[in-house]
Amino acid sequence: MTVPAPYSGAKQRVVLAEADIDRALTRIAHEILEANRGTSDLVLLGIPRRGFPLAQRLARKIADVDPGVDPDSITGQLDVTMYRDDLRRNPTRSPLATQLPASGIDDKVVVLVDDVLYSGRTIRSALDALVDLGRPRIVRLAVLVDRGHRELPIRADHVGKNLPTSSSERVRVHLREVDAAGAAGPGGAGDEVVIEGGA
Amino acid sequence: MTTNSTRYLIRGASLGGGEPADLLIVDGIIAAVGSDAARDAGSSAHSIDAEGLIALPGMVDLHTHLREPGREDAETVETGSRAAALGGFTAIHAMANSSPVADTAGVVEQVYSLGRASGWVEVRPVGAVTVGLAGQRMAELGAMAESRANVRVFSDDGVCVSDPVLMRRALEYVKAFDGVIAQHAQEPRLTEGAQMNEGEVSAVLGLTGWPAVAEESIIARDVLLAQHVDSRLHVCHVSTAGSVDILRWAKARGIRVTAEVTPHHLLLTEDLVRSYNPVYKVNPPLRTATDVQALREALADGTIDVIGTDHAPHPSEHKECEWAQAAMGMTGLETALSVVQHAMIETGLMDWEGFARATSGSPARIGRLKSQGRPLGKGEPANVVLVDPAARWTVEPDKMATKGRNSPFAGTVLPGRVTTTFYRGHPTVLNGALNSPLPTDPEEPAWNI
Amino acid sequence: MKHLLSTSDLSLVDTLQLLDVAEEMAAVGEREIKKLPALRGRTVVNLFFEDSTRTRISFEAAAKRLSADVINFAAKGSSVSKGESLKDTAQTLEAMSADAVVIRHPASGAPARLAASGWIDAAVVNAGDGTHEHPTQALLDAFTLRRHWARITGTPSAGTDLGGMRILIVGDILHSRVARSNVWLLTTLGAHITLVGPPTLLPVGVGSWPCEVLYNLDDAVATRPDAVMMLRLQAERMNAAFFPSTREYSRNWGFDDARLALLDVMGLDDTVIMHPGPMNRGLEISSAAADSPRSTVLAQVRNGVSVRMAALYLLLSGRGHHEENRGAGGALPRTANRMTQEQA
Repeated sequence: MTVPAPYSGAKQRVVLAEADIDRALTRIAHEILEANRGTSDLVLLGIPRRGFPLAQRLARKIADVDPGVDPDSITGQLDVTMYRDDLRRNPTRSPLATQLPASGIDDKVVVLVDDVLYSGRTIRSALDALVDLGRPRIVRLAVLVDRGHRELPIRADHVGKNLPTSSSERVRVHLREVDAAGAAGPGGAGDEVVIEGGA
Repeated sequence: MTTNSTRYLIRGASLGGGEPADLLIVDGIIAAVGSDAARDAGSSAHSIDAEGLIALPGMVDLHTHLREPGREDAETVETGSRAAALGGFTAIHAMANSSPVADTAGVVEQVYSLGRASGWVEVRPVGAVTVGLAGQRMAELGAMAESRANVRVFSDDGVCVSDPVLMRRALEYVKAFDGVIAQHAQEPRLTEGAQMNEGEVSAVLGLTGWPAVAEESIIARDVLLAQHVDSRLHVCHVSTAGSVDILRWAKARGIRVTAEVTPHHLLLTEDLVRSYNPVYKVNPPLRTATDVQALREALADGTIDVIGTDHAPHPSEHKECEWAQAAMGMTGLETALSVVQHAMIETGLMDWEGFARATSGSPARIGRLKSQGRPLGKGEPANVVLVDPAARWTVEPDKMATKGRNSPFAGTVLPGRVTTTFYRGHPTVLNGALNSPLPTDPEEPAWNI
Repeated sequence: MKHLLSTSDLSLVDTLQLLDVAEEMAAVGEREIKKLPALRGRTVVNLFFEDSTRTRISFEAAAKRLSADVINFAAKGSSVSKGESLKDTAQTLEAMSADAVVIRHPASGAPARLAASGWIDAAVVNAGDGTHEHPTQALLDAFTLRRHWARITGTPSAGTDLGGMRILIVGDILHSRVARSNVWLLTTLGAHITLVGPPTLLPVGVGSWPCEVLYNLDDAVATRPDAVMMLRLQAERMNAAFFPSTREYSRNWGFDDARLALLDVMGLDDTVIMHPGPMNRGLEISSAAADSPRSTVLAQVRNGVSVRMAALYLLLSGRGHHEENRGAGGALPRTANRMTQEQA
């Protein structure tokens, strides 16, 4: 008798393990601080679902460096559902909450945070959503993984890892805060980035 | 004498659902039954193989809306009687709510003449009880009775004769010529704006209710009136279990009341209204499953005497609209036999003999039709229908002979099919299709062959 | 969900999704720029066969906030056959490529008829049909109640139901589309409903509804309700012998000053008073009750736009219903298929 392995049928490999992710986020946090010359006017807006916990983690790492910063007060969530250009091509999605820090985003340096940068369309939606919410001084983009295949003139300012992929592959990011244990990848319940499928 | 001198030999039909036998039809009369038939047929007789078919007396409908004169876009005497022939009928009663209303000798004679000219079935006009169906003054019932149309059934169907004094007088008056008042039992004040049966479903759908009591209270009143003046009362389209109880009580007391049920009330329930599809809008409305069961039992035990189709064709724009705006009514001539077979015979509640009684013998007796509703015996008028009880067919309103497309059975599969209809010895329907009408004989009144 | 015709079609999952999306829409309503591009290029037709400026404006605001094009079609009964006009009007709208038709109609079932007729391919939203239903009114009532319930129970609004809540619906139940939609929706959300009114204004068959029925308003208030929803008494009922006089109606079934005071005496500090509007002040509700801090009347109006945005968004965004059904294999429950498979 054989026990079928999870993800049976799909080729998969772990490209970032928990420690790799943590190291990448630490580096990005430092890059953000460096680019911003400190924490002033800094706002981290995560794009649901996985961008938000990444933004929270980055904020904590920034607070580790600058203890004067309350990580919650510089973190927010930016839902882009209603701004997507593919609403009519997919089953209906429910929008999620947009929560901005109390200080708002006007004249701030907003760092958009997402897990995977791919076509760039999500970021395009995020930029539109941002315009409806206020007028930041600067908008930057931080992503855990850039897998290429851009369809719009968009690039990330801070990248955890550049990951060459074929477009038939799927990049799955598992994060403790979002992904239930049962949905975790081959590495177990922790954080990881996995590439699945491909020719 | 009719102009028809052709001979037909029907071979091996089960007579009224009983043993197979041959029937010989000559000159509009059943000339021989059984082994004599083949012997007497001679070589010139048209032979019809009726093995597996049931021979029934031609069906008689006490309740048909032919719409002519006035709404020829909905139906004409011609199209309605074609539909009737296809449905196995050899006589139909044309309801009085035409435009103008059939409340004078002139209008009933017009309808009668149109029926004679069509020649598919015997068309017997029903006379209105009150002028213009307005419920105010009695129409000239005597003139209609004595007209060429020889009216015996009077009804304001579509509206109720609600004035108790007027109803009493009408019941009394028609005794003079052995007429009958066919009452559309609907208390008008209790049914103002009514859209469907009042109960759980109307509560949910927000449609104004048509309570059972509005029918039952009129029937209770009318059977007592009929008893009081010792006259004949016929109750149209009985639809509730409570009405059945009242009729049973009245008949037990010897009151001269007869009652009718429509095929659709034997099968359909108010739950269909949940679709808001006006094809299910009818008056009286579709009721509950309990009512349907009570009606079936009442028809089986004779409390309800007859099937009346209440065939009510409407132009499509009167049904392709909101429920409240839609006209009430369903077509029924071409589905009646199948629906009754499905609801009564295949459920074991009734046999074909009972079917013949409810669709032919009893309605002919109530309408005083001398040459209809007779047994299939030697010397009787040859109003004969052959039915294939094993056939199954899908109801397609677009293919019907009636102009009405408002059949609630559209798309459903029903049992039983009329293959042949003989009207006064002439095959109006052969092989399930219209053949030809009876050649007109202007000299002879149809009711007096 | 292809159409929104009746709250009885909505599962708990559907309902919670609608209310949760409405929460996000409400947040948009508090921004400076109250507009989302989600329905850009879509056409919403407000087809009103009955005057209702309030409902029409609310739907119009909802559609416009989602960037849909809005066409207002006041199709009050034409002189020819009204049936013809519904079909013809529908086909006109179809020819104009309407994506959604918001219909208000005096005939019960007219939206269902439009949705099932094949005359039109657009999504149909029932904005009140005769004495049948008014689903978006019930959704905004549920939304208002849920926010209130969340506040007094100290739970977040999103995702929660109305389990344990006791609600009175008072007045002309027989002719009320608001009452019908609320009974189905609020019980789906777990609330306990009691209908209160004169027996003449309760439908025959109400016994089969999932709620209690009382004739006496004071007995009903004694059950310590969390919310009292007063229904509007339509003028045409007042002279139709459903009750002896408007004064007697008001005394027995109006929420007057004495009953308002009784709530305080009973210590029912968190009990709210609702009314779908427009109100007959002094008849079914006193001015003091309508204007008291317990009154949710204005919150209901405000929330109307949010729930209508949610409904239009869920009906119109996403892949077309027809192609989706082909893919779904038909095994999913009638209305749940679209709304539950969101996590794509």
